[in-house]
Amino acid sequence: MADHVLSPALAVDQEAERILKAQRRRHLFSAIFRYGVLTLVGLLMLYPLIWLVGASFKPNSEIFAGAGFIPQEPTTSGYVNGWKTSTPYTFGHFFWNTFLIVVPKIIGTAISCTAVAYGFARFDFPGKKILFASLIATLLLPNVVTRIPQYLLFRDLGWLDTFLPLWVPSAFAGDAFFVFMLVQFLRAIPRDMEEAARVDGANTWQVLIFIVVPLLIPALISVCLFQFMWTMNDFLGPLIYISSVDKFPVSLALKLSIDTTEAFEWNRILAMSVLTIMPALIVFFLAQKYFIEGISAGGVKG
Amino acid sequence: MARLQLRNLEKDYGGFKAVHGINLDVADGEFMVLVGPSGCAKSTTLRMIAGLERVTGGEIRIGDSLVNDKAPGERGIAMVFQNYALYPHMKVRKNLSFGLRLKRRPAEEIEQATRDVSDILEIGDYLERLPKQLSGGQAQRVAVGRALIKKPQVFLFDEPLSNLDAKLRASMRVRITDLHKQLKADGLQSTVVYVTHDQTEAMTMGDRICVMKEGRIMQVADPVTLYNRPANAFVAGFIGSPEMNLVDADLSGGTLSIGSQSLTLEPAMLNRMSPKIASALTFGVRPQHFSLVGADETNALAGRVSHVEFMGHEVYLYVNVEGQQMIVVVSATHYDRSKINGDLVRLAPSQETAHLFDRKTGENVSLADIH
Repeated sequence: MADHVLSPALAVDQEAERILKAQRRRHLFSAIFRYGVLTLVGLLMLYPLIWLVGASFKPNSEIFAGAGFIPQEPTTSGYVNGWKTSTPYTFGHFFWNTFLIVVPKIIGTAISCTAVAYGFARFDFPGKKILFASLIATLLLPNVVTRIPQYLLFRDLGWLDTFLPLWVPSAFAGDAFFVFMLVQFLRAIPRDMEEAARVDGANTWQVLIFIVVPLLIPALISVCLFQFMWTMNDFLGPLIYISSVDKFPVSLALKLSIDTTEAFEWNRILAMSVLTIMPALIVFFLAQKYFIEGISAGGVKG
Repeated sequence: MARLQLRNLEKDYGGFKAVHGINLDVADGEFMVLVGPSGCAKSTTLRMIAGLERVTGGEIRIGDSLVNDKAPGERGIAMVFQNYALYPHMKVRKNLSFGLRLKRRPAEEIEQATRDVSDILEIGDYLERLPKQLSGGQAQRVAVGRALIKKPQVFLFDEPLSNLDAKLRASMRVRITDLHKQLKADGLQSTVVYVTHDQTEAMTMGDRICVMKEGRIMQVADPVTLYNRPANAFVAGFIGSPEMNLVDADLSGGTLSIGSQSLTLEPAMLNRMSPKIASALTFGVRPQHFSLVGADETNALAGRVSHVEFMGHEVYLYVNVEGQQMIVVVSATHYDRSKINGDLVRLAPSQETAHLFDRKTGENVSLADIH
């Protein structure tokens, strides 16, 4: 009797277990497949970067010998010689020059763009629409078009071969993209907090500094990061305005080592390239959380 | 003296007139509620008092000074917003003291004031928390605290309870009224202007209520007057729940005809009627002011029950009288469950409490006895 009752139940149990096992197996296979593909594609994308790092430790003769990235005779001579450069200055000097451009540019951008965006997002004034439209229009204007007039302007100001043309325009909210980004971000923030602050007795600037800026922090971090990376990578600007070697930023200094040596010391160039991309990489990974928050929060607001 | 006066106050949004020259006096220490359906400009009016909207005509006086062109911070007001509007990056303590810190008050004074306010509102335990770590009720108490700490001449509340759930709303209602009484008893400034769209809040909290519609004031009165003697059909329909039944009626002689049925007006009604009265009227009876009567009672309206709602202590009957739907509230204890959908009932309105309104102007024409 008991057998009679048990056996069908047992059969059902076995069947269930078999199905579960099959499911688990299918799940495992699909996971392996998915991660396999992702890893492959990821490696493919990153390979040039990995190769760059690997090649910077190779001796010159080995660099073009194969596509592998593991150096057979690892050496740091690329870094040592690259750092010395073929000029009287070390590479550190060029890093310092870049720093002298990047820091005022970022600070200026953050302050000026916040003020301008606050004005556009929160105040009504005559001609606001036209002004905002022309701001957006400058976004669409190709950079090349303004190069020559800008050059003439800065020449007449006597700013050639100084860092000023590289950061002063940005310190006056010259980067329309950042203003636009902050305006979009501000529009998504309810005004109640600012009104509450006004009722609490804050004037316009106090509202901006004590209430709006703290709320804008994620967006401001994105702005600073973008500006940092774009300025680090900017080659054309310094090329046009800087002519003396002692004022070269890293982007020009890299090119310098290609120009002045007859036989290119590729491992030095690669080593210095690795150093050049390091600051941007480090800053990006440190601020990644805020960065993503900043560029995505413009659209959705909880 | 924290009296608030509005004189011919207007708000014009470039062609669209939101507020049509309203006049309102709020006495020192009074709890005034502005109530009305959405779009009646009650919030706009409050925001003009706060200084968050520019005044396009008329005057606002707080105490003895004209504040039309003063900045919000200089008006001696404090405001509680619907969605709390706490500063998200500041802890509760900093939120409370922000206004005092802007005024550069001494640190001991700020500390003392923060402690006093957090004691009154029982938020002492949350002082080191960020607003996002607070529940709705706690956040609203902090928002009230932020207003209280400034010791303003006039408190402004902009629908402060509408984001809370029903239970919490009821307890916050009591808390705010108690707070007002306490301030008044302590001899502190306690004039309040409170905006809501919820008539329960208005009726339970206000010393006086200002009912608004489309940028105009319909009536300003204490809750009892508003309920018993509405100045017009709009107020009559807006105050009271379920709302007053308003049906078209025509007057000839002493008889009121509603469709093909008629009611003989009794002295209780006739004595209150204005001497000059139009014949096209609206007859208003509160759902609670009907009695269900038998066929022998002739001065009653006949109708069919179309729907029954059992509410626990009372029952709502939806009765179709001459094509117009009326709601009748009967006590559940007296309701014998024999009246069901489709049944014929006879309703005798209480003529002591019924009202007649001019159908064209909406004005109540059955209030003549007060003159």
